[in-house]
Amino acid sequence: MSTEVKYEPVIGLEVHAQLLTKSKIFSTSSAAFGGEPNTKADPVCLGLPGVLPVLNKQVVVFAMRMGLATNCSVAPISIFARKNYFYPDLPKGYQISQFEEPICEHGHIDVELESGRKRIGITRIHLEEDAGKSVHAESFVASDETLVDVNRCGVPLIEIVSEPDIRTPHEAYLYLTQIKQIVQYLGICDGNMEEGSLRCDANVSVRPVGRERFGVKTELKNMNSFRGVEKALEYEIERQTRLIEGGGEVVQQTLLWDADRGEAIAMRGKEDSHDYRYFTDPDLVPVKISSTWLDEVRESLPELPTARKGRFVSEYSLPAYDAEVLTDDRHVADYFEQLAEVCGDPKAASNWVMVEVLRQVKESGGGIRDFEVSPAALGKLIKLVQKGDINLKTGKAVFAEMATTGADAGDIIAQKGLAQISDAGELAGQVREVLQQNPGEVAKFKAGKEQVIGFLVGQVMRATGGKANPKLVNEILREELAR
Amino acid sequence: MGERALERARDIDGRVQQGKAGSLAGVVMATKDILAMKDQPLTCGSHILNNYKSPFDATLIERLEAEDAIIIGKTNMDEFAMGSSTENSHFGAVKNPLDTSRVPGGSSGGSAVAVAADMALAAIGTDTGGSIRQPAAFCGVVGLKPTYGRVSRYGLVAYASSFDQAGPITRTVEDAALVLETIAGVDPHDSTSAPIDVPRFSSEVNQDVQGLRIGLPKEYFAEGLAPDMRSSLKQAIELLDRAGAKIMEVSLPHTEYAIATYYVLVTAEASSNLARYDGARYGFRSENPASLDEMYIQSRTQGFGEEVKRRIMLGTYVLSAGYYDAYYRKAQKVRTLIRRDFDEVFKTCDCLLTPTAPTTAFKLGDKLDNPLTMYLADIYTVSVNLAGLPAISVPCGKDSSGLPVGLQLIGKPFDESMVIRIGDFVEKQIADQQNAPA
Repeated sequence: MSTEVKYEPVIGLEVHAQLLTKSKIFSTSSAAFGGEPNTKADPVCLGLPGVLPVLNKQVVVFAMRMGLATNCSVAPISIFARKNYFYPDLPKGYQISQFEEPICEHGHIDVELESGRKRIGITRIHLEEDAGKSVHAESFVASDETLVDVNRCGVPLIEIVSEPDIRTPHEAYLYLTQIKQIVQYLGICDGNMEEGSLRCDANVSVRPVGRERFGVKTELKNMNSFRGVEKALEYEIERQTRLIEGGGEVVQQTLLWDADRGEAIAMRGKEDSHDYRYFTDPDLVPVKISSTWLDEVRESLPELPTARKGRFVSEYSLPAYDAEVLTDDRHVADYFEQLAEVCGDPKAASNWVMVEVLRQVKESGGGIRDFEVSPAALGKLIKLVQKGDINLKTGKAVFAEMATTGADAGDIIAQKGLAQISDAGELAGQVREVLQQNPGEVAKFKAGKEQVIGFLVGQVMRATGGKANPKLVNEILREELAR
Repeated sequence: MGERALERARDIDGRVQQGKAGSLAGVVMATKDILAMKDQPLTCGSHILNNYKSPFDATLIERLEAEDAIIIGKTNMDEFAMGSSTENSHFGAVKNPLDTSRVPGGSSGGSAVAVAADMALAAIGTDTGGSIRQPAAFCGVVGLKPTYGRVSRYGLVAYASSFDQAGPITRTVEDAALVLETIAGVDPHDSTSAPIDVPRFSSEVNQDVQGLRIGLPKEYFAEGLAPDMRSSLKQAIELLDRAGAKIMEVSLPHTEYAIATYYVLVTAEASSNLARYDGARYGFRSENPASLDEMYIQSRTQGFGEEVKRRIMLGTYVLSAGYYDAYYRKAQKVRTLIRRDFDEVFKTCDCLLTPTAPTTAFKLGDKLDNPLTMYLADIYTVSVNLAGLPAISVPCGKDSSGLPVGLQLIGKPFDESMVIRIGDFVEKQIADQQNAPA
């Protein structure tokens, strides 16, 4: 062989996002996640004889937001269709979805690669209802039984289908995390892959570099984390490439990713031979979106992550790295902006959020919205540090205490006597004491060894229980040594 | 059900004495067993809904009861409203009270019989392809199918959702108008119900027909219509003519495709609407299924009757990949053409007059072996459902065997007023004529 054939993957993602509406897409029961099994149901989502679906308008607004945020054209008229199949967790025997005429089409998002910006097309975004949950293979389920939980039946979903523009697992990861960021910024989905409020299926094939025609694709399902998607794709691309290199052929099939074993297993049954017999749902009228309505939704769109990142650099003069970290999560960015305003020092606010706040939030196990320390409370603490009332080290300790107890910074400082000693007279006494106790170091200093000053400052700090103003200690030390 | 009715009757008595009773106070009614009533069985004539009780009331039941009607019972029907003779019920065939060897028509046969046999003053039926009008015609009573969207479908168990419409079967046109004005009107639970004002239909009675333009679609008077039925209709047409109505021949050129189009589309919708009866959650489930697929297959095989299974299979077929375009999509296009036929004739007519059915009540068992001849029993009624129009069947004399002949009046969308007005006129004129000394 003169040249080795190189293969490239072709990847398209289908992302399902559960929308954060109060009620279900076609009925009144709660759409909230979880709850005791079979407690969030009503005759409509159970598909009892005689019921009819009525579209929840908020669902349409959420889909419009997503369409606008991803540069789609929003259809003035879209149609609901029935996808017919039998499954115990699908009470009507069909899922109401959109097929030939989805609500949004022809969009794109851009992801940042090391080699530059890459555009990934979005084929369509459509509305549909979620199915219930079938539970088997759990300790409380007999081996010959399946239990059904209908709480999820009728929870609104949007499905975002990408073009097959993605070429590496890393690009897929970037695309997916950006989709998550956008839905979170729009407030339409909480973007939690582990809980399943964001779900991703991937279509993947490989082909020799330079060939236009796509190879035979497989569909990957059951990836429950962002990194899981990346790993599953890496696995499957390698499997397909090796198969082809070994003279084999890829079989079109659906594979389930097993994160524990790190491999994808072919699904049993003939999932791909399903004929869903889509047709227009006669119980629902076409969704009509006027240009006035679309304009209203457009005007109400929040600032999106990419724009916000740019503004953090220009408005707050933050390094690009800071802007990236701070805007990753909309609520972190909100927290930062409030903090920057209270404390008046954006860079200090950025440092505090990126290091202390995010660490404490992570340790608390919750989100930043549930975080004990408000931006106002932290702002007050930062100001105390800047004024010199306490030093930075003490400030961090106080912050840790605030995070666990929720107490006010001033109270903690007063209660524990942590206020920084900035009284020159008091500090001069401490300094003189330290100099008397360390004649050797004093001699070294006088002999030109300036570095020993660090040791002497440390001694004063220790003597004051860390409360001394280090800058002032330094000044007084130099004055005393110069005598 | 009886207790619920008696209790309501006592309440209503009290309200009558206080002068606070609703407009249908004390009117004893029946409803086809395809409409949901809270805590009552809802069988749709099917074994598969064995022991099923509905947890809610259909909107139209709520509206009737809000006006103090008393619903004393539910009536038998062709299973899931699929049939034209009320022989396809899990609970047995319904017989025509005028001649018990004959069918009452269907699928709302039980409702038509309840009214014809004086068991109820009015009954609710549903009409997907003629299921209110044809049994009304066979039993010699009045049947009114409203415009699609006029009456809420919430609580009406779906057969073919874009066709189904509930309406009254009554002894007189005026009664039908009174019931319709009670049950009509937009309903937030039904997206396809129309936000259009409901006129007082009952004020249309005892009006003249002077100057009204009545079209006779020539395709509805072609061969196939028995001569004695033709002459009954001719008599009514002459009465209208003499009263100053303008009678004109018109054409609905796509009529010949109506039956085929209808059966493609309704079976497609039915195949999906009836998927929920799978034995998983309620109703009949086969004993000890070996697997999930077996549970579906056995429950549905044993739970549904032959006609229902036939239509589910037809509908599944026409929606299948590779056949969808040739059948379903094409039928949708023909449906549009049929609608346009009506739009066109209504530019020159106020109303159309046709026979309701090609024959009078036929013998029990006559058409059971041949579904196609049964399907043709709906030949004059299905186009109305394809186009979503209002239509009424009123009695129009007897055939040579003394069986009632039905006359159908078809109106423009949401113009039930017109068919009520002309229907009332025909009903009263024919009664006068029959009562006149020979």
